[in-house]
Amino acid sequence: MNNNTKNIKKLIIDQSLKLDCGKIIKDFSLAYETYGTLNKNKSNAILTFHALTGDQFVTNINPITRREGWWSFAVGPGKAIDTDKYFVICANVIGGCMGSFGPKEMNPENNKIFGTTFPVITIKDIVKAQKFLLDHLDVKKLLAVTGGSMGGMQVLQFVSLYPEMAHSAIPIACSASHSAQNIALNELGRQAIMADPNWKKENHTPDKGLAVARMAAHITYLSKQGLQEKFGRKLQDKGSLKFSFDADFQIESYLRYQGANFVDRFDANSYLYITRAMDYFDLEKQFNGNLSLAFKNTKSKFCVISFSSDWLYPTIENKEIVIALNACGANVGFVEINSDKGHDSFLLNVPEFLKTLSDFIKSTYDEVNNEKRI
Amino acid sequence: MKKEFKVISQIIKNNKRVLDIGCGDGTLMEYLKINQKNDVRGLEPKKDLVQKCISKGLSVIEGDAEKELIQFPKKSFDYAVLSQTLQAFLNPEEVLNQLLRIGKQTIVSIPNFGYWKVRLHLLFKGTMPVTKNLPNEWYDTPNLHMCTIQDFVNFCNEKKITIDKSMCLTNEKISEITKGNMKYKNIFSQLGIFLIQ
Repeated sequence: MNNNTKNIKKLIIDQSLKLDCGKIIKDFSLAYETYGTLNKNKSNAILTFHALTGDQFVTNINPITRREGWWSFAVGPGKAIDTDKYFVICANVIGGCMGSFGPKEMNPENNKIFGTTFPVITIKDIVKAQKFLLDHLDVKKLLAVTGGSMGGMQVLQFVSLYPEMAHSAIPIACSASHSAQNIALNELGRQAIMADPNWKKENHTPDKGLAVARMAAHITYLSKQGLQEKFGRKLQDKGSLKFSFDADFQIESYLRYQGANFVDRFDANSYLYITRAMDYFDLEKQFNGNLSLAFKNTKSKFCVISFSSDWLYPTIENKEIVIALNACGANVGFVEINSDKGHDSFLLNVPEFLKTLSDFIKSTYDEVNNEKRI
Repeated sequence: MKKEFKVISQIIKNNKRVLDIGCGDGTLMEYLKINQKNDVRGLEPKKDLVQKCISKGLSVIEGDAEKELIQFPKKSFDYAVLSQTLQAFLNPEEVLNQLLRIGKQTIVSIPNFGYWKVRLHLLFKGTMPVTKNLPNEWYDTPNLHMCTIQDFVNFCNEKKITIDKSMCLTNEKISEITKGNMKYKNIFSQLGIFLIQ
């Protein structure tokens, strides 16, 4: 994959951070990007958290991969998260591979790439690392924290760790504790990587394993109906079946393309570490089995959003969060958006979702800035 | 805002916590939030209405009262409000029990099936009444358990539910229901509004 991450914004954190695994890290880097301008009273900052394979380049063209940012539909001038109005912050998670402290970085102790000697990290570690960035940017209180999937988990962890730091929180298509099904699917991806003979081999990358992991994961981001409508049984070449194991069907070819593309931009070990962090995420357990306690002191106004065809983080799991918030009297709204695009809906052009996101943030902004509303 | 909401908002004191069940597009919630500084939450089954509420900055949860009310802790709201929906539930008694559990006080409004036009409709036309307040035909009505003002009062007495206030609406006019005028109000009111606990 592309290693040219030298010219991107990086904060070197000189304070120490004790990871959940017990290891203490210091002088580690956090790569980040910001969009828009922080206003005078610093009341327009929105922290966005990226999902498993995302990075700090939320919108515009990612300078490293030369592709559209992962949330281009939602973030940008005049968009739901309007960068003409808000100051959007996003950091590459630790464990990631877009410049932050991660397994493809050099271990200063032995000048070797960390690889699998990188410490196992958790969502809590990931969130704590980003708090340093907020301190650096001197943002004391965020207008909103938001993110989908693993980004949503970070939202929940953030409000639980820092109950007074966000006016509003928008966890999207996520869960407060990773389900057995999701752990199983992540394990499938990890095993694909580890089964690749190039894994852990010096100067080699387990591209085939990583591609298979991505192909499997990609299926889980879509819905059965969405796949059927888009691909059905359409053949790649208009002719007939080839009676071979080439990609006869369009869906096969599509998945192969997704897999092949992914290895160009993602590090296999990052994939192992980040999926592990997701699997370990259990906010309920952090509070001895009572999820409500995670939100006991929260001052944030919540808007929980799920998607009807998301079977990876289904509505029922999102609703668990709503129930826990209600149980502690928190301020919460919830809506399930109708979409046949599966889990990926939050990354795509789903107008009802984008409108809800936009309106909710705008109403929070108006409340915070005491603007009279009609 | 419709007269019924005016009556309900007058019952609700300022700065109190309110749960509006079946809050629709959030008209009542918004009024309470802005004018009476109430801390309001809503529950609404229709997605488009929930989205409308969220757009207005109102905290509304998409869901069905018959399934969702259980998640709210005991006495977690000063008022639980249910406007003209009690008759539409499969199990109105259970919903009412949940409201009484969640709210320190509960405000319930019911379309009065004892209203004279309803009575005459059935008596003379011999078909299920269709009125301004009850616009549906028998086959597409969401109303499964219609009752009269008298029925509701009897129900409260039987279940030992205290009625703190009973009001009624007749052609947009508000009046109080008393023991003395009950029979009369049960004929001439379109809507009953009760504060119970």
